[in-house]
Amino acid sequence: MKHISIRLFVLFLFLAAIVSPQVMAEEPHKHGEKEKFNAGEMIMHHVADGHEWHFATIGHTHISIPLPVIIYDESKGFKVFSSSHFYHSEDGTYEGYKLEHEHITALDGSHVKDFSITKNVASLILSFVLLLTIFLTVAKSYKERTGKSPKGLQSVLEPIIIFIRDEVAKSNIGEKHYRRFTPYLLTLFFFIWINNLLGLLPGGANLTGNIAVTMTLAVITFIVVNFNGKSTYWTHIFAMPGVPKWMLIILTPVEIVGLFMKPFSLMVRLFANITAGHIILLSFLSMIFIFESLAVSPAVAIFSTFINLIELLVAALQAYIFTVLTASYIGAAVEEHHH
Amino acid sequence: MELVTPQLGLIFWQLVFFGILLFLLAKLAWKPILSSLSEREHQIQSALDLAEKTRADMAKLQADNQQLLAEARAERDSILKAAKESADRIIAESKDKATVEGKRIIEDARETISNERAALVAQMKKEVVTISLEIAEKVLRKELSDKSAQEQLVADLAKEARLN
Repeated sequence: MKHISIRLFVLFLFLAAIVSPQVMAEEPHKHGEKEKFNAGEMIMHHVADGHEWHFATIGHTHISIPLPVIIYDESKGFKVFSSSHFYHSEDGTYEGYKLEHEHITALDGSHVKDFSITKNVASLILSFVLLLTIFLTVAKSYKERTGKSPKGLQSVLEPIIIFIRDEVAKSNIGEKHYRRFTPYLLTLFFFIWINNLLGLLPGGANLTGNIAVTMTLAVITFIVVNFNGKSTYWTHIFAMPGVPKWMLIILTPVEIVGLFMKPFSLMVRLFANITAGHIILLSFLSMIFIFESLAVSPAVAIFSTFINLIELLVAALQAYIFTVLTASYIGAAVEEHHH
Repeated sequence: MELVTPQLGLIFWQLVFFGILLFLLAKLAWKPILSSLSEREHQIQSALDLAEKTRADMAKLQADNQQLLAEARAERDSILKAAKESADRIIAESKDKATVEGKRIIEDARETISNERAALVAQMKKEVVTISLEIAEKVLRKELSDKSAQEQLVADLAKEARLN
């Protein structure tokens, strides 16, 4: 266990070193004597994605890791450079591209697609490495300790894996089909959970609170559900049995809307819960600066600790809810006719 | 608005990394983990089944033993009873035989005694006759030593004989 965490830490440092040769100590952007603190701006900056990984600002010094910018310009093709070029230039432009509010545009007006390794993508890669390391280690200990009782990381994760398999997959999908979908549900659960937890770390990215990520996950679930839809499932959507024919004129559109509402609700639920958690936490911390008083800090410390604990619960809960709803949608899709 | 506008780049990377993660974990992690879990569960179940079966076997064995013991006890009792009966019978038979034999011996003894007595009486009778004859002979010899006595006797005898 100790070895793994050390290895991970080294790996993280290594990644950080690849991404940027040095941790930049940037020059302050603005030279106002005392800027007015804007809580909304600060919160949005923390919750939204960025082209550099910003950890802290001490005085007027930003401690951040610049990340690679990858853009596809329709006229010039792919371009790759460090985001530090944007942050270092006076007007936020580099080689004819401009970074404004974390949005890249071409100065010549041509269309630009942004495939940059942003803060969220970097966090995604980190979680990818973390998840692979954790579960390949666990899988290895299953191979090495065949016929023995679980130990260490294996015994921590085994009850969760069994819970997802039995209480989420088997009980929602049914004995006949659950084995096919268990790997997807396990990956989904641990991906969301680990990323929720990473997002709670100081300086962590808000990956699972990003609508692009939750949308992608919801769309994958939508595809998995509908590509496995049996005849019973489609009959219930387009020709609900036991309902007068004329009623179908109303019922079928409702069912079709429901078809898309399910992934839409998955997308919004995860996004809103995680982002809201971050916003609440940041709002509490902002109170110190809004009141400009040290006196509120004990109350803020108590409340933010409390919220943080709740967020730990929400991290697991939202991962569970996303997974269990996915399982129940799959269950409805593969259900056999039994009236 | 920026918050709820999905960026293309992140969607792309999310698809790529989640796809690869799903593939790799399914192949290299979930497959071995789930199969060893179900294998272990199977082993535990079969071990439990075996324990249950062994317990049932033990109970059955114990019941068998109990029955065997009861049977043995019953057999012992019956053997003892039979032995006692035959002993009693032998004793009774012996007693009867002894009684009969004793009676027979007594009978024999009595017979022998009566035979002996009869022989003795006969012997004594013979002795008495012999002695009486000798005495009579001696008396006669002495009585008839002179002539007159002889004549007298003859006369007497004759007289008697005439009377008859």
